[in-house]
Amino acid sequence: MAGEQITSEQKASETPWLDMDTKPLIRLSGVTKKFGEFVAINNVDLDIYEGELFCLLGGSGCGKSTLLRMLAGFETPTSGSIIIDGKDMSDVPPYERPTNMMFQSYALFPHMNVAKNIAFGLEQDNLPKGEIEDRIDEILKLVELQDYKKRKPQQLSGGQRQRVALARALVKKPKLLLLDEPLAALDKKLREQTQFELANIQEQVGITFVVVTHDQEEAMTLSSRIAVMDKGEFVQTGSPTDIYEFPESRFVADFIGSANILEGKVTEDSAAHVRVATDLGEIYIDHGQSTKQGSRVWVAIRPEKIHLSKKPSSKNGYNQAVGIVDDIGYLGNTSIYKIRLKNGHIVDVTAPNQIRPKNRTHSITWEDTVYLHWDASSAMLLKK
Amino acid sequence: MTDNTFPNDLTKNPRGMIQRALNKLQSSWRTIVILIPFIWLSLFFLAPFFIVGKISLAELAISSPPFTKMIEWKDSGIITIRLIFDNFIYIFEDPLYLRTYMNSLRISITSTIICLFIGYPIAYGIVRSGPVVKKLLLFAIILPFWTSFLLRVYAWMGLLSDQGTINNLLISMGFIDDPIKMLYTEFAVFVGIVYTYLPFMILPLYANMEKLDSTLNEAAADLGAGPVVTFFRITLPLTIPGIIAGSLLVFIPATGEYVIPDLLGGGNVQMIGRLLYNEFARNVDWPVACAVAIVLLLLLVLPMAIYQHYQGKAAEE
Repeated sequence: MAGEQITSEQKASETPWLDMDTKPLIRLSGVTKKFGEFVAINNVDLDIYEGELFCLLGGSGCGKSTLLRMLAGFETPTSGSIIIDGKDMSDVPPYERPTNMMFQSYALFPHMNVAKNIAFGLEQDNLPKGEIEDRIDEILKLVELQDYKKRKPQQLSGGQRQRVALARALVKKPKLLLLDEPLAALDKKLREQTQFELANIQEQVGITFVVVTHDQEEAMTLSSRIAVMDKGEFVQTGSPTDIYEFPESRFVADFIGSANILEGKVTEDSAAHVRVATDLGEIYIDHGQSTKQGSRVWVAIRPEKIHLSKKPSSKNGYNQAVGIVDDIGYLGNTSIYKIRLKNGHIVDVTAPNQIRPKNRTHSITWEDTVYLHWDASSAMLLKK
Repeated sequence: MTDNTFPNDLTKNPRGMIQRALNKLQSSWRTIVILIPFIWLSLFFLAPFFIVGKISLAELAISSPPFTKMIEWKDSGIITIRLIFDNFIYIFEDPLYLRTYMNSLRISITSTIICLFIGYPIAYGIVRSGPVVKKLLLFAIILPFWTSFLLRVYAWMGLLSDQGTINNLLISMGFIDDPIKMLYTEFAVFVGIVYTYLPFMILPLYANMEKLDSTLNEAAADLGAGPVVTFFRITLPLTIPGIIAGSLLVFIPATGEYVIPDLLGGGNVQMIGRLLYNEFARNVDWPVACAVAIVLLLLLVLPMAIYQHYQGKAAEE
């Protein structure tokens, strides 16, 4: 009985945004921020739930940092309201908000050592000395920096500074932790490793994280949900799978991962499938969408969802094409093939290099004629 | 892999030789660049210092120059070196000198503190203002230097005297009946020193504050510190280098100041600069004047040396 309750609760907490009864921790309604004439955030609504690791993803200047700074209290919305944990934040200064922020530059106090940096926030709450010591030890253990208490920030490596900044923001146990490009300053290897650490830490402490990033890979690995932003608006909000496999627009399909986007005309539209005439031939899509016959649409196909072979497919029909290998990008684990069709259109195909080539030459090489085909479920129909 | 002709041995390559020659020239340039200020300081600072030191160890004599020689050739071929410490003993025994030193220090330290309290908020305001206003304000700080220093002190005499602008204004507005005596008081000296040396406090503070990362203030606010706590725990500790630089730039010249106490303080404010001038020009006692200068120098250099010593130690830690 009890066990069942826990599982049902867990289910609810994994996708709280689908549950109508769950109260959001953060509610943005009609938030607009203008800097002079420039509209940084344009009338956005957003609910973020407790325990989420929510990513704001977008290119530079899309307004993601402005939104984060409004949550922290460094900027005030021009109009609209921000509610955190049931309280309107309009007149609450940053130092009275139940939020803490990890800055992109880390903003560690250069004149204080690691322990004092972390203690700073706790001292503002007038906690007894003993408790402050305990909390510092506890948090440094979490980020594995127990031996660095007496070091000054400039005596630490980039990765260590990043963890001190995280510890300093986490130690106050905020309702909401805001992270501004938390991994941007780390090199690639460390960044990949830290992505998982960060997600683990979030799971351990159970604090709601809102992460701003321009790195889609980071957003995909970290988050429970992603909001893709462009020009101060949310383009699409959803789980990483939603965003990647079910993009709602060309912008999202192109921004997250890579995609072959083809313009086309709907030639057949039924409840169960759609046919679209494109440069890649007629594309058959096995999921119905409310389109009109003859209307202009776009079809996006992910490069890894196209199969590549040197022999023509045995079965004839739709979702096939033939072309010549124009260029190959060898990445080691996968290769990117640029396939030139008869009509000159270039299609990107990626394939894993599953077989180690014996003579150091790959089976598919430049100027080979290759045959492409893809599943009827792989193509994504986009109306904007 | 494809390009095997890549020159891996630069020394055998003509381009490499040119590069090496350039490197050599560059390193000799470095020596020259350091040598120029070194020679300058040796000729115009170190050498005069030793001359002053030498004179301070001599005795007043009716000759030209008016002091005894340090090294003398006796007829018998013996070299005698005479070092006379009487001047220093005299300075420390005569209460006039000690009192004047103390008075100078009191006035310069007080002025430095006043400059700091006025200059700090000004520097902070300049750093926080917009790019256009910032340029204008900085220009305004530097503007007084375009007028002669002496002229500006004379202007203050006109402002502060009994029949001066300030007194006339106060009387005409009915605040006072008789003029307040401001000129030839210590107050006038403070006004003069603070006015003159304020830019030397503001500019190093500005340079220091400009480098401060404003996200540190945001981080402090984010961690729960209000503006007052943020100032005392973040901004103030990080601007200590600027405070020290500015304070030294005010304190050192203010201690030896001659023109301001002479013109604005008259005979009522004794500072070491005036005493030195009197010894040198009126009493024509070069050895005592030099001894006064040496003691003044030690008074200023010692605290700086101690500070540098501890600064170095702190940096090592």
